[in-house]
Amino acid sequence: MHHTAIIFLEFGAVLVGLGVLGALALRAGISPIPLYLLAGLAFGTGGILPLATSEEFISVGAEIGVVLLLLTLGLEYNADELVTSLKGNATAGIVDMVLNAAPGAICALLLGWGPVAAVAMAGVTYATSSGITAKVLSDLGWVGNRETPTVLSLLVFEDLTMAIYLPVLTAMLAGLSLASGAVTVAIALATVSVVLLVALKFGRFIEAFVSSPNNEVLLLKVVGLALLVAGIAQQLQVSAAVGAFLVGIALSGQLAHDARALLEPLRDLFAAVFFVFFGLQTDPTKIGPVAGLAALLAVISMITKLLTGAFAARRAGIAKAGQARAGIALIPRGEFNIVIAGLAVAAGVHPDLGPLAAAYVLILAAFGPLAAKLVQPLITSIAKRAAG
Amino acid sequence: MGRSVDVEQTALPGIGLRHEFTTQSGKRVGVISHRTGRRDLVIYDREDPDRVCETVKLNDEEAEALVELLGAPRIVQRLNQLHQQVEGLVSLQLPIPPGSPYVDRPMGDARVRTRTNASIVAVVRAGRVSASPGPDFVLAANDTVVVVGSADSTAEVADILAHG
Repeated sequence: MHHTAIIFLEFGAVLVGLGVLGALALRAGISPIPLYLLAGLAFGTGGILPLATSEEFISVGAEIGVVLLLLTLGLEYNADELVTSLKGNATAGIVDMVLNAAPGAICALLLGWGPVAAVAMAGVTYATSSGITAKVLSDLGWVGNRETPTVLSLLVFEDLTMAIYLPVLTAMLAGLSLASGAVTVAIALATVSVVLLVALKFGRFIEAFVSSPNNEVLLLKVVGLALLVAGIAQQLQVSAAVGAFLVGIALSGQLAHDARALLEPLRDLFAAVFFVFFGLQTDPTKIGPVAGLAALLAVISMITKLLTGAFAARRAGIAKAGQARAGIALIPRGEFNIVIAGLAVAAGVHPDLGPLAAAYVLILAAFGPLAAKLVQPLITSIAKRAAG
Repeated sequence: MGRSVDVEQTALPGIGLRHEFTTQSGKRVGVISHRTGRRDLVIYDREDPDRVCETVKLNDEEAEALVELLGAPRIVQRLNQLHQQVEGLVSLQLPIPPGSPYVDRPMGDARVRTRTNASIVAVVRAGRVSASPGPDFVLAANDTVVVVGSADSTAEVADILAHG
């Protein structure tokens, strides 16, 4: 068969498969991310239906997926919000980072995977999935709850931390020496500060350039700009994802809102490809041996997120029930954790890291929202009894 | 005027803004303004004051309808205050009787402003206020027209609306 024909057939089959899985997830009321990962596992090496030729095509699609995921994440926030959130919630943010990076890092060190793997695993267990958490908050009607601003500002803090963490990780994965690694990190920090400053002071100039009454022009300019900055960031070893995130932050207001609406379908397509690609790279037969470990890690990091939520919400003057809800809302892990694990897998840090991260995210992306749904009535009745 | 309401504003990063206040009867209510334009009316639980027990999602039209329902008596009340505050300025609420010549006709036909120098600032229909109606606004029987002007001119408007 012709090469193009095979690529279309395989890619088409993957997308149709994802569509069906997405419909199932929708009916079950869970995030589709775990199902996409499972699909990737099934199509990959050692899976039930390995893909022959289109893996390279899918890998480029996956890279674009990361850029779009981070770009739309950046579009959700504006620079003002980031700065306010940093000022007001630094303590809670740091507690979140220490408590939740520790399980992954300690696990990697205990397994003897070395310091680079420890840094990568720290990221895998640290970041809450802002996408899944936002959906949980809105599905359960928690958006108006008084602990929600605390949860949201923790998410903002985590995302900003990523802007520093990802370049550090990229430098370590590239095996840079301490000196050149430090230079990279310095460049990253400088870039982040410059972009924040530019966005705060001169955001309207960037917006004047990008802004257009025509959707097509707007889409081309935003995606083009994000890919350009991502490319430059990658070249500087700062990580393409961070570049795209910063472009998103620089755009704000109505423009950001319009761009988000335009980008969402594109992002959903490529992000799904990204999750599949991660699954493709993971050999499902390797998951079995690490499944127990992943479950243990999941339980530990659920507890650390619950503690984080309780700590942050108590500081904000929230009562017991709200503290519990804040912790539960923070449990889901998803896109960021896979982005981090994907970087580590691509650099060949440790053969078991991919399967462990996949199993871990599978558990928490599926169980996080479910836990919130199940626990909600319990918390309410306990709170009622305490009040009555 | 009663005591002013203490409205608390909280930013919801990535979502929008939340405004909330406690009513005199002790209920806490709030409005979440999403960036997408959606508005949620939320009511907090008495036993667990951090939790929203009822969320009412409102689209643009619904939010506007709610504002009009809640705002209708307020506008008239404010006009009455204005009337007391500014000497010589009168605001009147004039019913359109079913026999009025302007029933089912655009308001511009009455040429109220040219003939009397008074202004029609609002029309109240079934509890809903249309503020600053244009000349093409079609009047209906039992509408209440709110006019502002001098004592003489507003009296003339009453006469025009009743008898043409």
